[in-house]
Amino acid sequence: MTTTALRKAASRRSPSRPAGPRRAASRYGVRRTVSAYGFLCGALICFALFSWYPIVREALLGFQRTNFVGRSEWVGLDNFHRVGADPAFGKAWLNTLEFTGLALLCGYVLPFVTALVLNELRHARAYLRFVVYLPVLLPPAVAVLLFKWFYDPGPGLFNQLLRLAHLPGLSWLDSTSTALLSLVIVSTWMNMGSGTLIYLAALQSVEGELYEAAELDGAGLLRRVWHVTIPQTRLILLVMLLLQVIATMQVFIEPYLLTGGGPQDATVSVVYLMYQYAFNFNSYGGGSALGLMLMLVLMVFSAAYLRLTRDEGR
Amino acid sequence: MMRPQRLMVLLATGLALTSTACGGGDGSQDASGKKVSITVGCMPAKSQPTQRREWNEDVAAFHRLHPDITVVGKDAFPCADPKTFTAKLAGGQMEDVFYTYFTDVQNVIKSGQAADLTKYLGSVKQVPDLQPSVKRVFTGPDGRIYGLPRQNYSMGLLYSRKLFKQAGLDPDTPPATWAELRADAKKIAALGKGIVGYADYSAGNQGGWHFTTELYGQGGDVVTPDGKKAAFNSPQGQAVLENLRQMRWVDDSMGSKQLLQLADVQQMMAAGRLGMYLSAPDNVTALVDQFQGSYKDYGLAPIPEAKATLIGGDGYMVNVKASPAKIKAGMLWLEYYVLTPGQGQLNYQREARYGRAVGLPQPDFYTGSTASSDHALRGASANVPVANYKPYEDASGRIPGKLEPPNAQQVYAVLDSVMSAVLTDRNADPGRLLATAQRKVDGILARSN
Repeated sequence: MTTTALRKAASRRSPSRPAGPRRAASRYGVRRTVSAYGFLCGALICFALFSWYPIVREALLGFQRTNFVGRSEWVGLDNFHRVGADPAFGKAWLNTLEFTGLALLCGYVLPFVTALVLNELRHARAYLRFVVYLPVLLPPAVAVLLFKWFYDPGPGLFNQLLRLAHLPGLSWLDSTSTALLSLVIVSTWMNMGSGTLIYLAALQSVEGELYEAAELDGAGLLRRVWHVTIPQTRLILLVMLLLQVIATMQVFIEPYLLTGGGPQDATVSVVYLMYQYAFNFNSYGGGSALGLMLMLVLMVFSAAYLRLTRDEGR
Repeated sequence: MMRPQRLMVLLATGLALTSTACGGGDGSQDASGKKVSITVGCMPAKSQPTQRREWNEDVAAFHRLHPDITVVGKDAFPCADPKTFTAKLAGGQMEDVFYTYFTDVQNVIKSGQAADLTKYLGSVKQVPDLQPSVKRVFTGPDGRIYGLPRQNYSMGLLYSRKLFKQAGLDPDTPPATWAELRADAKKIAALGKGIVGYADYSAGNQGGWHFTTELYGQGGDVVTPDGKKAAFNSPQGQAVLENLRQMRWVDDSMGSKQLLQLADVQQMMAAGRLGMYLSAPDNVTALVDQFQGSYKDYGLAPIPEAKATLIGGDGYMVNVKASPAKIKAGMLWLEYYVLTPGQGQLNYQREARYGRAVGLPQPDFYTGSTASSDHALRGASANVPVANYKPYEDASGRIPGKLEPPNAQQVYAVLDSVMSAVLTDRNADPGRLLATAQRKVDGILARSN
């Protein structure tokens, strides 16, 4: 029942209400409005302090030279020139884009396919869903260190399996040709549980009659997926695609814990380089400049995301 | 809905609590009265119960000697994290007497955050006996002294006596040349079962750090004396990489897993799967304390053919905001706890009584009578097999120490790439790698100068 309806009902019960209670009701309304704004203020202050202020501060730092101790000095675009001249800069962007591309190939398609399979299962679905989601429950650092052992070229699990299959072992993290792909595998394994669950939820909202109609029309599994599943889950797929681009372009923990950026800078990412500048090279300005560049690139993706979801929502 | 009166009370209480927390004094009364309270960094953390107990005993004993001075310890592990050091300084959270690495000292002096201690040092008896090289670390460009050392280290060769024996080598005769080291590493790796003869770092900027160590050992330098150009693309730099290349790809004595960092190598050594690596003596303690190793299983020697070695260390500086009374109190505490043989951190008798290791080699911290007294006290309480570390101890006096280069971390990041290339790419060309790295480091130095 709406507030207006309640008021009407109340007025029917007391047709000749005195002026006092009306004033009380008005005071109550004012108090409610004030407290609502009060709560909003709290949220605004939190956002301003912990979200917007750091963003503005970072943007300013990108144009300053500071050690946080002495006076900060305005240096214009010097920090941008400095990080741009770093030989690792171009490599870091290339690696990040390559990682994003590979992570999309593996980490976008695989959870969708897994969700499709899980959705088709009649038995042990809950158990398998739990198994698929389990890696997400592991702290990322633990998961990454687990893979450090898997990738060990000597007694590591992956090379043992390859040897069992009479195949030569790989250098995994130690080779410039396989290091980045090895990081993508870790990232996919760690994150596919969440993606699978979201896709599964989307699949379960697709009307069963649509599949039945398609089956009656003689559509096989692949045609049902192409003509029913994908159009029906398009919005979720689109949102997930863009969110994944934003997340994977910020890759840090995998190179930080597994390779330290090596071998030969093959796994240096933009965020890893940013960390190096801020915390190892004591150049907060350089780190912030890199952060700003990455933010601009991600803003383009975000704008695309907003545009696409707005069109889809109509 | 909350009444306005209640809201006011809550707000007032919150404000009162906040102002107490922000403006709460430390109890120092140096301006008006005699009592002084100083905060001191690097109190051992609770995870180190014995060291923490010793600290508490020392604070109590010091307070009995100086009833007007209260020492308030601030614990942290590790004592100084380079990632939070600047933030603590900037946020005004730095202790009155704060801990710092040798590598940070000049930056702190440059940023004006450390008090000039020169006129207060006359009261510290041990200062005239401090090694000039160590004292120089804390001397500013103006010739004034801004800190006192706590400990220092120099890099050497740590080896597994157990694996030396298993490989038929004499653990009392560690390799004295790189040729001998190669031969020994090969024999150890030949034991099989995944055992590695010699390991080196090549990731997380630690590869660059070890390249520097080995380069110093060969007699080379990372940058030119004026600090403006890279100097590692030299015959000495080539020799470092050539040694590693030969061991990795010709002898196959460095194992297949690379991109190693300190923790990886320590694990390998503690698990009995590694013969040798370059390290400071404190790694022996880490192997025993953190990885349940045994002192008798490890030996220490100088870096083969070392013409110089990388040195480092840490010490204490005093916050520039500290009053003269606090600075004086700080000097008294440092003299008591850090610098006097037989007391505080140099109370070897107590360390041995509490079951801590005594007798691991340290580079000479002092000269003259303080050095003799320190050596005698340490020797008398030694409870580790000191003979295992004799080659290192004997050589430490004759091998000159060299500090890290300027812009160390940025230079190390570039050199990491060189190390990882040599250790992961069979066809890597050391000459080309060094030339490329030289261009990169020249650029870094040009931009920073």
